[in-house]
Amino acid sequence: MTTAQPSLPCAPWEEAADGPDADAPLVLAAPGPHGPVVHAANPAALTGGTKRGMRLTDARALTPELQVVEADLRGDAEALRRLTLWSRRWCPWSASDGADGLVLDTTGSDHLWGGEAAILADMEMRLADLGQDARLAVAPTHGAAWALARYGDLRENCGPSALKARLAMLPVAALRLDGATLLTLRRLGIKRIGDLMLIPRATLERRFGRDGRALMTPLRRLDQMTGDLPEPIVSPAPPQRFRVVHRLAEPVMDPQPLLPEPLGMLCAEMADAGQGLRGIRLELYRTDGTASRFETGCSQASRDPAHLLNLMARHFESLDAGFGFDTLSLEALRPEPLSAAQIRLDGGVQSDVALATLIDRLAVRLGPQAVQLPDPRESHLPERADAWSPAVRRADLLAPGGLGGGGMIAASRERPVRLLHAPERIEVLYAVPEGPPVRFKWRRKPYVIRRHQGPERIAPEWWRARPGTRLRDYYKVEVEAGERYWLFREGILGDGRGDTPDWFLHGLFA
Amino acid sequence: MTSSASDPAPPAFTETFCSTRDGAGTGLVLAQMDAVLARMPGGKGPVLWVQEARAAQEGGVPCQRGIAELGLNMPILRIAARSAADALWAMEEGLECAALSAVVGEIWGNPKALDFTATKRLALRSRQSGVPFWLLRPDGVADLSVAPDRWRVSATRSSDNPWDARAPGRARWLADLFRTRRGAPATWVAGHDPAAHRVDLVAALPDRALGEGDDRAAQPALRSVGGGG
Repeated sequence: MTTAQPSLPCAPWEEAADGPDADAPLVLAAPGPHGPVVHAANPAALTGGTKRGMRLTDARALTPELQVVEADLRGDAEALRRLTLWSRRWCPWSASDGADGLVLDTTGSDHLWGGEAAILADMEMRLADLGQDARLAVAPTHGAAWALARYGDLRENCGPSALKARLAMLPVAALRLDGATLLTLRRLGIKRIGDLMLIPRATLERRFGRDGRALMTPLRRLDQMTGDLPEPIVSPAPPQRFRVVHRLAEPVMDPQPLLPEPLGMLCAEMADAGQGLRGIRLELYRTDGTASRFETGCSQASRDPAHLLNLMARHFESLDAGFGFDTLSLEALRPEPLSAAQIRLDGGVQSDVALATLIDRLAVRLGPQAVQLPDPRESHLPERADAWSPAVRRADLLAPGGLGGGGMIAASRERPVRLLHAPERIEVLYAVPEGPPVRFKWRRKPYVIRRHQGPERIAPEWWRARPGTRLRDYYKVEVEAGERYWLFREGILGDGRGDTPDWFLHGLFA
Repeated sequence: MTSSASDPAPPAFTETFCSTRDGAGTGLVLAQMDAVLARMPGGKGPVLWVQEARAAQEGGVPCQRGIAELGLNMPILRIAARSAADALWAMEEGLECAALSAVVGEIWGNPKALDFTATKRLALRSRQSGVPFWLLRPDGVADLSVAPDRWRVSATRSSDNPWDARAPGRARWLADLFRTRRGAPATWVAGHDPAAHRVDLVAALPDRALGEGDDRAAQPALRSVGGGG
């Protein structure tokens, strides 16, 4: 017995609709063979005449105020995969069905939920809690459930005895056929499945059986639907979970010396499965019923007990033991494939492993925000082009040639070796109409400019900046004593974006 | 010491005192790093740059593109440590990791955590792993330390720019090697030659740069505006 559930891609467009206006017509666009097509549409767009699969230009012609968001097909597939695993709360055998459906084999599980009607009601409620608007059906075969969920009534439950009569009423589109076959059937005047059932099998086989699609012909689909041809559901195995629970005979006050044994078991288990962990969770259960949890992440998949032990050591510094701990539990978070690594002939460790280990150790003690890597972006604005971001998830960039100019655009002029966190306003003591000021004061100390180079004009990024943001004219200047600074003037006089422009100091040259 | 030389063999641990008001200390450290790493086999790993909060606040953060212009294009792993003790711990951790090509530490002023013992620990770790180490002391006062080379750096007038007489040229610093185990302390005008991966040291003589005969003529902006107004 099977249940199907379509209309998945609603979730992303509902999220997108949160931003502007839920009542405005909105569609998700996906690339088609002849330009973008409508992948999904919200109710406002559907009432305007937009249909799934329509060209985007046609949809725009129907509804000029249509808002378009790019569809995230890969994200949808991942969400469906997770939903498939989640749906095993009702029955142990589930699989995704196409790009927008789930199929569950509820045979033998429905009585645990109080019958088929009850299981359907429970599914609908829980999926609605997830924000999914699901259409559900129960039928004896996969094909029939697929058809009833999409073309049948609400929450339809069709028993084996009434199956053929019910299917005969459905349109031929419910047969899961491709577009060309459906077109042929329509040209032949066959509209309902009942029309197809009346045609002798030999005739159908002769007309449709020769084009190489052995299981996609109307006859095969009909047989699968009625149960004459088996259609097994392949249920993907859930990802392996790695967890070791260590129960102690006596409560201990200091569990740290006991940790290596379960950790070694966990790492051995992961090594057998060819997996490494990106995070580890340690749970310590006290005799009085409270538990202390500790989680830490790794910048690279690892299954090295010594390294993991090192990362967790800090947790034990401020641990309240109470009356002692009686259970330890270790769980691997975010497991990833990790093949066995060859150790070097001189016994040293690989440099990328050594770096990932260093990043983990620094991040555990100083906080993940404190360990930073350059995050170069394609921008001319210095503070955007030379931004920093946490290194914990990006350690692979440290491999040789990893940051090789990715996203970095070559500066047209020299750049300073140090950039201040934020440009600091300088007080102009003696200005000239052209070029940088002659005398200025920075951090309460006066300077006289001796030489200068510039300007280098950097315009604001209009697609991101607030309206009224002014351009910057950067100068490299050298003052009397020899210090070299990077100054800029924000705006020019008469640009209509404020009065006399201010001067700022942004960087220090070597 | 000769009047013109390049620094032949800088030690593995160098302490540099500078001001947060200029980039001279950073410039000299980067020049020395370029010279050292060019001669080290496989010196292509990332640089660990540990900054204490006050040093980053006063002197800003290193700028990857500006540093890449000097010829150092390895990635920088920056540590924003909250306190000097955290920064020193991070430097010690970094100096144990031989995959790094260099470690630069920045500690503002003279915190209590940075005492003789702390510098000794850093020097020992640097010697064990072979990772060269530069300790920048912006706005610091020279106290006890085991660093074999201790510099005091300030900016000085740059060389002439061959393309534009009014523009600053190649950076030069007044570098005072006030303690060293390799010879007599001396003061130089230092410069960086990125093409040859070399730090040039010239005796600090009060000579003037070319084309700068008249001091007033060197400041055309001042004079022209003063005359016009």
